[in-house]
Amino acid sequence: MVNHADTLADRVWQRYNRKERLIRYGVLLVTVMVVYWAVRDIDIFWPWVWDAPNQISSLGARMWPPDPSRLAAIVSALLETVHIATLATALTIFIALPVSYIAAQNTTPNRACLWLGRFILVASRSVNTIIWALLFVAIFGPGVLAGILAIMFRSIGFIGKLMGEAIEEIDRRPVEAMEATGASKAKVIAYAIVPQVMPAFFAIVILRWDINIRESTVLGLVGAGGIGVILQGAIDTFAWPTVATILIAIVVLVLIGEAVTGLLRRKVL
Amino acid sequence: MTPPDHAAPRTWRKPPFIANPLLRYGLWLVVIVYLVWAFGSLPFNWARISEGLPRAARIFGGGFPPSFERSGLLITGFKESFQIAILATLLGVALSIPFAVMAAKNVAPKPIYLLGRAVIIISRSFHPVIVAILFVAAVGFGPLAGILTLTIYSIGFVGKLLAEEIEEIDWGQVEAMKAAGAGYLATLIYAVFPQILPRQVGLSMYQLDSNLRASAVVGIVGAGGIGGTLMNAFGRYDYDFAFAILLTIIAVILVSEGISGWVRKKIW
Amino acid sequence: MLEISKLVKRYGRDEPVLKELDLKVEGSSVVSIVGASGAGKSTMLRCINRLVEPTSGSIKLNGNELVNLRGGELRRARRKIGMVFQGFNLIDRLTVMENVLAGRLGYVNLFQAITRRYPQSDIERAFSLMERVGIAHYANKRADELSGGERQRVGVVRALMQEPEILLADEPTASLDPRTSEQIMKLLQSLASELSLPVLINIHNVAQAKAYTERIVGLRHGRMIFDGLPADFDKEALDAIYGGIETAEDEITEEPGRSGREAAHDAP
Repeated sequence: MVNHADTLADRVWQRYNRKERLIRYGVLLVTVMVVYWAVRDIDIFWPWVWDAPNQISSLGARMWPPDPSRLAAIVSALLETVHIATLATALTIFIALPVSYIAAQNTTPNRACLWLGRFILVASRSVNTIIWALLFVAIFGPGVLAGILAIMFRSIGFIGKLMGEAIEEIDRRPVEAMEATGASKAKVIAYAIVPQVMPAFFAIVILRWDINIRESTVLGLVGAGGIGVILQGAIDTFAWPTVATILIAIVVLVLIGEAVTGLLRRKVL
Repeated sequence: MTPPDHAAPRTWRKPPFIANPLLRYGLWLVVIVYLVWAFGSLPFNWARISEGLPRAARIFGGGFPPSFERSGLLITGFKESFQIAILATLLGVALSIPFAVMAAKNVAPKPIYLLGRAVIIISRSFHPVIVAILFVAAVGFGPLAGILTLTIYSIGFVGKLLAEEIEEIDWGQVEAMKAAGAGYLATLIYAVFPQILPRQVGLSMYQLDSNLRASAVVGIVGAGGIGGTLMNAFGRYDYDFAFAILLTIIAVILVSEGISGWVRKKIW
Repeated sequence: MLEISKLVKRYGRDEPVLKELDLKVEGSSVVSIVGASGAGKSTMLRCINRLVEPTSGSIKLNGNELVNLRGGELRRARRKIGMVFQGFNLIDRLTVMENVLAGRLGYVNLFQAITRRYPQSDIERAFSLMERVGIAHYANKRADELSGGERQRVGVVRALMQEPEILLADEPTASLDPRTSEQIMKLLQSLASELSLPVLINIHNVAQAKAYTERIVGLRHGRMIFDGLPADFDKEALDAIYGGIETAEDEITEEPGRSGREAAHDAP
């Protein structure tokens, strides 16, 4: 009987033996329990949940039709957003490249540098842009400088980590050939490493620029410049039709950003 | 083609990266003009910025050592962040499947495809913080706004990748199902879903990790979780508590990244 | 004159790869080094220009001790030792000319290297060497656009750009088809006599070693077990070097031009 059932089970679930099946049921059980705990324990006033669709649609109704009267201010704020993203990306490169160099296993001068580099990358990546912005707004006051610094501090980790991986993946053999000619460390970098990581570098910077455009749209919500400042102002004054215009403007900006990065990728890479 | 070996004193210069000189110098000019314009048009408040260093000293001075005295508040905040992340992942991943089917060119009829695509593009255009601020305005402060925000965020991300996965499936299996006389839904369930399932599981793990990070952020605009606690600490100049929260966030994110990476490696 | 004495190389705690090896190369002779994979050929060659650190022993080039050189001294010694690699080791994304000029990196300063402003004499030398091996018309082509034989010619020219006092070739023909590898061997042979340059060639192909070199050195397990003229290199020597692998017989009767790949004969 048992034998028969087992063979049958094996035929139905060929991919899993008994142990794997147990693990799968265990995972499922844990998931269900966690979800049950989350639902029961979370601090939500449930009647509001059932009312949420009403609230959301009424907010949507208040936004319609979009009010274009402040379009000029919105466009100039969008430009500011783009400037923040672009300048921050450009400035990041100067910091991220040395960091990626010391954080790559095969180029790092010594272990202390390796760990310093890795620490910088992890610290930068673990703190979200908007939290960086919060910190810099507290230090330098509200404005674009805080925004640029926030974007930079987050991008260092991103570009640095990916560049570090690109450096670690280079072909060792040209490096060996350059060393055999009697070239110094700097010359080996210039001839054997830089040409190899160039395509990855462009791809990574373009990708990060695209992400930074999105990220810089929210900086203003904590006072760090860009379109977010106007958005926050419009929400605070319940100017919902203006909010709608701003949202549309953001979608357009992001789509333009995507189109530009697509174009750059095709042209440069 | 004339070989260059006849010219008497042979010279060689590195061929420029961009062959057309007009384009080459034009590009430099564009870059310089842009930098001047961008820096010129951005409003820097130099007076306020110059106060930065003493302020930074005060903030970091007040922040060290980080104070874990109010760890009760810290734990409550994180518990809420976890709950938001878990529920939003569940909802988002479940909802991303129909949207992914809608947004896959090969299985959805044209009008549905455009609708699905539009939903995904729009939900991806908005940073979760913007979505959060709108939901806070609609349904009030608290974790509900956070869950709704991250659900939208998950639909956008998982939906897009799943749709691409569906577009790349082995079409033979679909044809086999159709040939067997299966209906649309049966074809989806038998021929499409099994092919995208491994990817879906991996993406869900990734999204859980991603939502946990995001839930720390959406709280800043009032959508519940540890972000709200952090924002309050900053607002009250409780820098030692704020730094304690920050350090904990970093630790939690690193652990969750490690777990999510480990699980995904196990599954694939 | 190259004088290697009591050269030992040990990786970690393993059995040494080279066991007190002695070798003397005088004048401008072409010496081939044969031996099974793992016999230590490549390690020996790399010890000479210190891409591999010798564990002990002495290597003298024209009376100068190479072991124990550090930093700038080592780099100045290396630029007198040209090396040709099995995988060509070109920098694929740079042009042929840049690859060739890279052979001068030990001579020019960093500014010249980065801006590619090499002295006129270097450029002259580059063109005449490229003409000698027939690749001058490729000067501004990217290195990865060339065929295998052409790429190895670039590798040879790069090594000769160093104005070397000795040329090391680490299986220069193993990545090439039989006909092209013949051409490269002929090229190395004639360049050696034209420039009166001693050349050390690691080679798998015994037939080519016999046809194109003046002296054969056989290594087995890090020890030299044959040193003599190609004419004296008989079946007995071959068996000693390759450990009597059954099919090794084919190698010796093989005509030059058919590549013998004894590594592939390891399997019974």
